[in-house]
Amino acid sequence: MSILQVKNLHVSVDTDQGAKEILRGVDLTIRSGEIHAVMGPNGSGKSTLAYSIAGHPKYNVTDGEILLDGENVLEMSVDERARAGLFLAMQYPVEIPGVSVSNFLRTAKTAITGEAPALRTWIKDVREAMDNLRIDAAFSERNVNEGFSGGEKKRHEILQLELLKPRFAILDETDSGLDVDALKIVSEGVSRAHAASDLGVLLITHYTRILRYIKPDFVHVFVAGKVAEEGGPELADRLEAEGYDRYVKA
Amino acid sequence: MSAPVQHGLSEHSHGAGVPLQIRSDRPRSTSVADFPAITQQQDLWRYLNVDQLKGLDSEVLAEYSEQVSFSGPDGVSFEWILSSAAPVGSIGLPEDRVSAAGYTNASKTLLVKIADELVSAEQITISVKGDSATASALHIFVEAGKFSSTTLVLEHSGLGVLAENVEISVADEAKLNFVSLQNWESGSAHVSAQFAKLGRNAFLKHTVASFGGDLVRVTPIATFSGPGAEVELNGVYFAEAGQHLENRPFVDHAAPNCKSRVTYKGALQGDKAHTVWIGDVLIRAIAEGTDTYELNRNLLLTDGTRADSVPNLEIETGEIEGAGHASASGRFDDEHLFYLQARGITPDEARRLVVLGFLVEVIQKTGIAELIESLTALLEEKLNRG
Ligand SMILES: Nc1ncnc2c1ncn2[C@@H]1O[C@H](COP(=O)(O)OP(=O)(O)OP(=O)(O)O)[C@@H](O)[C@H]1O
Ligand SMILES: [Mg+2]
Repeated sequence: MSILQVKNLHVSVDTDQGAKEILRGVDLTIRSGEIHAVMGPNGSGKSTLAYSIAGHPKYNVTDGEILLDGENVLEMSVDERARAGLFLAMQYPVEIPGVSVSNFLRTAKTAITGEAPALRTWIKDVREAMDNLRIDAAFSERNVNEGFSGGEKKRHEILQLELLKPRFAILDETDSGLDVDALKIVSEGVSRAHAASDLGVLLITHYTRILRYIKPDFVHVFVAGKVAEEGGPELADRLEAEGYDRYVKA
Repeated sequence: MSAPVQHGLSEHSHGAGVPLQIRSDRPRSTSVADFPAITQQQDLWRYLNVDQLKGLDSEVLAEYSEQVSFSGPDGVSFEWILSSAAPVGSIGLPEDRVSAAGYTNASKTLLVKIADELVSAEQITISVKGDSATASALHIFVEAGKFSSTTLVLEHSGLGVLAENVEISVADEAKLNFVSLQNWESGSAHVSAQFAKLGRNAFLKHTVASFGGDLVRVTPIATFSGPGAEVELNGVYFAEAGQHLENRPFVDHAAPNCKSRVTYKGALQGDKAHTVWIGDVLIRAIAEGTDTYELNRNLLLTDGTRADSVPNLEIETGEIEGAGHASASGRFDDEHLFYLQARGITPDEARRLVVLGFLVEVIQKTGIAELIESLTALLEEKLNRG
């Protein structure tokens, strides 16, 4: 059983006009096996929260803590956080020139587990995971994300999730830009990962659509850089019906 | 020409009639005096300054001979002949002043003859090991006989300032896997014109690998003289602080139904690392059924680097199979690094992964195991310095 705690997190970014505060005291606790949905209007800071947990250098933590089983995540480099078991499925995965998917996956797996995976089983695992996500075998030899469609990029993120087996996954709008079939495929991938390794999930989304496939235990409403309300799955339905006006005006 | 563009790739395909540069009309002469003194105003020399040539543009140069050693299987002969004798000059004549200086100042030419029908996996090696910064000349002539199939590595190392002409004759039905490796010590300057002529159904794989030297400029020129031939011009380079690595491949489709593929990839690391790639392809009126594609990609690993990349296609016939080019210079930036790191990969490993993935692909095309291994190790060493 692991626990990821975000406590009173304040984060700012550097702009031409000086530091701009985006997160204003976020509190969030996720345990192994729990699924948390974070919903909130555009620009409320959801991606900022995701990136801050992963350690993107653009975001400056000015106050608060992030703890993984009591360990100070903020003192870890980006790659150390990943090796500690944190995974971020990005909203906009970047293209990496010159690095094939197969080489990338193998290198990442080796980095995470600390030793090269046994070749035969690894190839089989990759093929199976790709099949499950309906990713064509030809993608192995393509460069990471290069020329991938939006939906292909998202499936490639979930492929990594399934192969790298983190303790906690933050999914930043993994459901955006997917048609119904792709949404189902991606959701199944997340559910498989969840079931296989008691994964804790922080699922950032605008829509309840994905929550029909991945049932959240908790829903957090994110507004203006902090959690404005928390509840169970029923909160998501209310948000879809009523929108965020109530919180934004408040 | 491209300013460093953010990871993007621009690709174009051309139908007939996109005139760009009249490469075919360039004057040719063995006399230095026929070419004006070099200035940066001349298109041919615009990317470097004259000092970088370290005297290679002078009328009088010293001459290499002891600096050159060679080996090869039975059926390959090596002989120094007078440069006034045949077949010297039959494959290509100088198109610029440094090439002319190299030509007139090399009184002797190393003639490498590969016997007709010799098929050998044993590598032919010509090793040029410079021992001073005296501006010098060298001329090599390689004759690959009919139906032969061989591999030749021309390697340059040591301290050298060299104006070099290499002529490569690939006879009808012959196959030649040719590598020119530039691994000079710092302080070196090397300008090499490498002329190749391909007979009917001949195949040439020509690879330029440039890593060491203050200035390395290679101009491979491949001309088809019979139908059905194929050329691959490949190149790989890694420029570090202060280095200038230039490549000017040119494919002259002067015969019908020939195929050419030009693939050059480079990485740049460190202040004032500069690379230049000018890729010319000329499809003459007679060259119906031509199939050509040229590509140059550069990876900018640090700030302060510069990659110039200019593809030129000159098409004089509409009856072609295909003609296209792509050129892109991309940055390895913080977002790439973040993505890889977010998957547990350390920053050093991330850079290694990106650069090796990018460049080793070209080296692998040579199929020469020893070379692939040593150049991969060399690249890793350079990356560790970055
Ligand atoms: N470099 C920056 N300079 C200025 N403002 C920034 C910068 N980076 C982020 N922001 C601002 O921070 C706010 C939060 O952005 P963030 O991407 O976290 O929002 P989000 O909730 O993920 O939105 P969306 O639903 O559109 O993905 C936005 O108003 C955004 O414009
Ligand atoms: Mg976002």
